[in-house]
Amino acid sequence: MAPVIEARGLTKDYGDKRAVDGLTFSVRPGVVTGFLGPNGSGKSTTMRLILELDAPTAGDVTVNGKHYRDHVAPLHEVGALLEARSVHTGRSAYNHLLALARTHGIPRRRVDELIDLVGLGDVARKRAGKFSLGMGQRLGIAAALLGDPSTVMLDEPVNGLDPEGIHWMRSLLKGLAAEGRTVFVSSHLMSEMSLTADHLIVIGRGRKIADTSTSEFLKAASGNVVRVRSPQATELGRFLVGPNVTVEAVEPGYLEVHGLTAAQIGDVAAAKGFALHELTPQQASLEEAFMDLTRDDIEFKAAGLEPEEAVA
Amino acid sequence: MSTLASIQRLPRAAHNGRVTQARVVFSEWTKLHSLRSTRWSLFAAVLLTIAFPVIFAAVTSSHWGTMSPHERADRHPLDIALAGVNVAQLATAVLGVLVTTGEYSTGMIRASFTAVPKRLPVLWAKTVVFGVVSFLLMLPPVLIAFFASQAILSRHNLLQTSFSHPGVARSVIGGAVYLMLVGVFALGIGAIVRNTAGGIATFAAIFFVIPPLMNILPTKWNNAISQYLPSEAGRQIFSLTHDSHSLAPWPGGLLFLGYCALTLAIAAVLLVRRDT
Repeated sequence: MAPVIEARGLTKDYGDKRAVDGLTFSVRPGVVTGFLGPNGSGKSTTMRLILELDAPTAGDVTVNGKHYRDHVAPLHEVGALLEARSVHTGRSAYNHLLALARTHGIPRRRVDELIDLVGLGDVARKRAGKFSLGMGQRLGIAAALLGDPSTVMLDEPVNGLDPEGIHWMRSLLKGLAAEGRTVFVSSHLMSEMSLTADHLIVIGRGRKIADTSTSEFLKAASGNVVRVRSPQATELGRFLVGPNVTVEAVEPGYLEVHGLTAAQIGDVAAAKGFALHELTPQQASLEEAFMDLTRDDIEFKAAGLEPEEAVA
Repeated sequence: MSTLASIQRLPRAAHNGRVTQARVVFSEWTKLHSLRSTRWSLFAAVLLTIAFPVIFAAVTSSHWGTMSPHERADRHPLDIALAGVNVAQLATAVLGVLVTTGEYSTGMIRASFTAVPKRLPVLWAKTVVFGVVSFLLMLPPVLIAFFASQAILSRHNLLQTSFSHPGVARSVIGGAVYLMLVGVFALGIGAIVRNTAGGIATFAAIFFVIPPLMNILPTKWNNAISQYLPSEAGRQIFSLTHDSHSLAPWPGGLLFLGYCALTLAIAAVLLVRRDT
């Protein structure tokens, strides 16, 4: 299917600081596309550029083939939740949504529908300034979905949500994508993205580092690290070492093995009769790998990732 | 991981909407009346417009017997009737500033410009809604102030005037027009400055600081220049008498309208150019 959001060489300077640096990417419908990068890497700026709240220094971005500004009914095209609060603190949630709905002739009952959907029924008449962070996020989601948009763009949507809210958000995102909508979600949390996103666009310091499916990225980023605990760890380690395999003895009885899958290690242990107390593909190191990746600001050329021409 | 059953479904909605100027006006009306700060500042403007003339009329009436002929000659019934306008202009100006700066300080502006990314319809809608609402709301108070102060002063022939006297109806209704235009001017200032404190300070500087500073100039210069200041030009809309150093009501009013148009034009240019 044709891409919905298309950015070409998108660049934004704030004074001397380059917030977004030559970003070229496309977001396709029907899947959840994660927009991953550490805080300050340019995710929010990119989203503001897509909505034309800020004008790019160079480059261009379109939504459904047009600049956002040129759509006759923008709220039907893109529903956006920005990281910074975008609600007047003195207005009730209901009137906030109603004011937005009226710009597009969206009826009152749609406002009621959205308030129910995000679970703000009890507080809809209260001033939004009194809302908790989580309630504010829910109101932001309601505003984003008001126009039944074909594209949903959310900046750090799980921020400030409680566990129940996070679960709700994940299922909402999946549901929206399953309905064929384009879902573009930013996060600085690798773990969150690995649960919700099908595709990842990873940026660091305003530049694109990777543009790949989540599973490919996880495989590459984790580098096949497996955590092994065994009373005979040292002996086991000797059998595991090979040309492309490194074994690191982190502490007595605990190894980190690079270059073998958990299954391969388990097979070796079983064949040699070693007891295993733990055998874990190291998901925990993902966050670290991601941080290393983005901190270095270098091209990410792991196997299975698309080659990058935009990054010098 | 969530199961399929727990996946939230977004109900579909008709996509027959499109942004029109009329809809943005309706939206801005919703925004304006749904804020407590709006209701309070407009209530304050109404109250001040009525209360000051009533108090002045009562004080004048009770002291009339002890006043010198010179003092008596200084009192004019319309000055008393429209005394509240000078005070109420603060309330409408502050509200005018807040109409836009309130959106910037809270971040609401991002939601507004996401819904209406062309932006200018938002500025026009704010101006129209604020203008119409403030005029309709301020018209009854200036009329009440006029007739109430006249009723209080009914014992004193010198302080009697009639709504049908030349210039009186224009001055009284002009009070409401002036209060509206001051608010519109302040709205433009607010949209340029984008910051509540800065917007109110800029307005205060133009209306209350610069005019007295003109007295430093040689009298000839002062007389030549001051009449063209926004505050002086605007004041002529509700002034009954005009001396040689002030504009007539219509030229003054039109000049003030021009100042309003100028601030809105600057605001419009900046609005489409600046990042949010």
